[in-house]
Amino acid sequence: MSTDWRSISDMRPCELRDLGLLGYGEALAIQKNLVEQRKQQLIPDQLLIVEHPHVITQGRNGHAENLLASEEILERAGIAFHATDRGGDITYHGPGQIVGYPVFDLREWKRDVVAYVRAIEQVIMDSLAEFGVKAVRLEGCTGVWVNGKKIAAIGIHISRWVTSHGFALNHTTDLSYFQYIVPCGLTRPVTSMRELGSTPTREEVTAALKRNFAKSFHFEMQVPILTETFS
Amino acid sequence: MIDVVMPQMGESIVEGTLTKWLKKAGEHVERDEPLFEISTDKVDTEIPAPAAGVLKEVLVEEGKTVAISTVVGRIEEGAGNGASAPAQAEAPAPAAAKPAPPPAPVPQPQSDAVQEPFVAEPRQEPVASSAGPYPIPVPEPQTPLATDGPLSPLVRKMAREYNIDLRQVKGTGAGGRISKQDLETYMSAQGARTMAQASTPAPSAAPVAPPPATPMPRPQAPQARVEPMSIMRTKIAEHMLASKRTSAHVTTVHKTDMTKVAKLRDRHKAEFQQRYGYSLTYLPFVIAATVEAIHEYPILNASIEGANIIYHNEINIGIAVALENGLIVPVIRNADEKNVLGLQRSIVDLATRARSRQLKADEVQGGTFSITNFGSFGSVFATPIINQPQVAILGVGAVEKQPVVVDDAIAIRSVAYLALTFDHRLIDGALADQFTGKVKSILENWSREIL
Repeated sequence: MSTDWRSISDMRPCELRDLGLLGYGEALAIQKNLVEQRKQQLIPDQLLIVEHPHVITQGRNGHAENLLASEEILERAGIAFHATDRGGDITYHGPGQIVGYPVFDLREWKRDVVAYVRAIEQVIMDSLAEFGVKAVRLEGCTGVWVNGKKIAAIGIHISRWVTSHGFALNHTTDLSYFQYIVPCGLTRPVTSMRELGSTPTREEVTAALKRNFAKSFHFEMQVPILTETFS
Repeated sequence: MIDVVMPQMGESIVEGTLTKWLKKAGEHVERDEPLFEISTDKVDTEIPAPAAGVLKEVLVEEGKTVAISTVVGRIEEGAGNGASAPAQAEAPAPAAAKPAPPPAPVPQPQSDAVQEPFVAEPRQEPVASSAGPYPIPVPEPQTPLATDGPLSPLVRKMAREYNIDLRQVKGTGAGGRISKQDLETYMSAQGARTMAQASTPAPSAAPVAPPPATPMPRPQAPQARVEPMSIMRTKIAEHMLASKRTSAHVTTVHKTDMTKVAKLRDRHKAEFQQRYGYSLTYLPFVIAATVEAIHEYPILNASIEGANIIYHNEINIGIAVALENGLIVPVIRNADEKNVLGLQRSIVDLATRARSRQLKADEVQGGTFSITNFGSFGSVFATPIINQPQVAILGVGAVEKQPVVVDDAIAIRSVAYLALTFDHRLIDGALADQFTGKVKSILENWSREIL
């Protein structure tokens, strides 16, 4: 009986926000705002799901030589460029990619940044498995891989144990855009679910991610909605 | 000098790469201000300063990877911070961290800050975190508590959470500093007394988890679904009860003829919508009337602090906004500087951002009077609970057409009930009724144009 009580009380709320298609800068602003609120414990953990228009972002540890095109070329190709404070090197985001920004207070889970990265990888691997994609970890190469090709990238920032940035899963991404960069400094090929012949809808993949986040982090997922206002 | 060390950011982690110093040697740094960044496995982490002072020495350069607990720099404490005296023994002092690996994987129901495994522990800012729904913005002094030496953030936090006057606590640390153990000793001594009296409000004694010692006995095969409260729900529960314990609640109700306002609103509704993109509601009229009445009866805009009455210069009106699983009370600051249009715009803006959770912390703090519009849910009148530390809240019932007697004839009028809940400790019934009567009279005789 007491075990029962414990296991239920271990569930923590997490609010899921699907921001839809949103520019990198706008999404970052929302994310930062939520991080501040999370630090002040005004809100529970948050999971943001978003799809970005073409953008190349560079992490704090990024090396300029991993950007293979000049900013003019990028501009002509309709790709924005953003420097950010996440971990990791350079990466590409674009339509058909499922980008997730977990804003979690790790003090309520595990104070362990490596365990956190491994858990994110696990969530993605479990979700891919639901659609017939067998993905694995690659020792020393953070991210999720299928047959030596990278299907999901990870880059995290942590401040006062509150996480930001996150992962990008190639769902139906046009992989030709990766030609402009050396993804995360690794000269390894990228792949997508579509390229691997797995064709669930974006909603189905998002739902699987949500389920697996709930499982791995003991979340009860909630949707933040305001039903009635004075307006 | 305080050592700054490479923190251990997880069980399996034995080293970290210092990627960036955010302060240069010789620069001043506040306690908990980000001091440097480390990188482990695609994770960048900002590490806050363990103490306030001047970064005297930078011992590990950017880009170097060092073992955890390696001293990476030194801070000379106290420079520019009058209050602190050098003290090495307390929690955030790095030396203490060395022998303390992170806690066993799953400690008991972990109440947030119980474990302090390592030095450069990212700490919560000492900002009042009570800004949730029905916030109780205890006006907290910036320099937290009057004690002699510096306090660890943990001690500060505990003191705040458990409402402890640190002057009452005997410190056993270096130079009489108060440690977590001292607080616990004090609390267990106090605890017995408090339990016996059962009178002292000890609001957040058990912030989230119910005390595991006394779980509710549940039948073997429960017929009910058990669901933990959300953080917001827990806070609302605390604040509501705290308010009931604090104030002497009385509600008075005035029937108000809203016909003039209703007609004005009907006349301009379409144009307003077209011009500004949102509809014109009754609420901005009620706020405007309330603000005007507050000017006449400023004590409704006061709060009680000990034996003093604090009259607030600003009129900051909180408006209760219902969320699906809770509520929040964003604040229209200086509401007396806004007309009906400006008030309506503020309401729409705050409510919209409440919906997307984009409210900033200071937008749900600092209210001096609150209004709740249960009429929008069809309620005719209700008895709202005061939003502490305010002394009154006005509830607005639904505006409905009713037959009323006017000059011995029966007429159809738009009527609403205004329910004022006031704190009878400070406000007498007669005054409350004069105030509500004033609001009523302004609404009934509304003549100002709005467009």
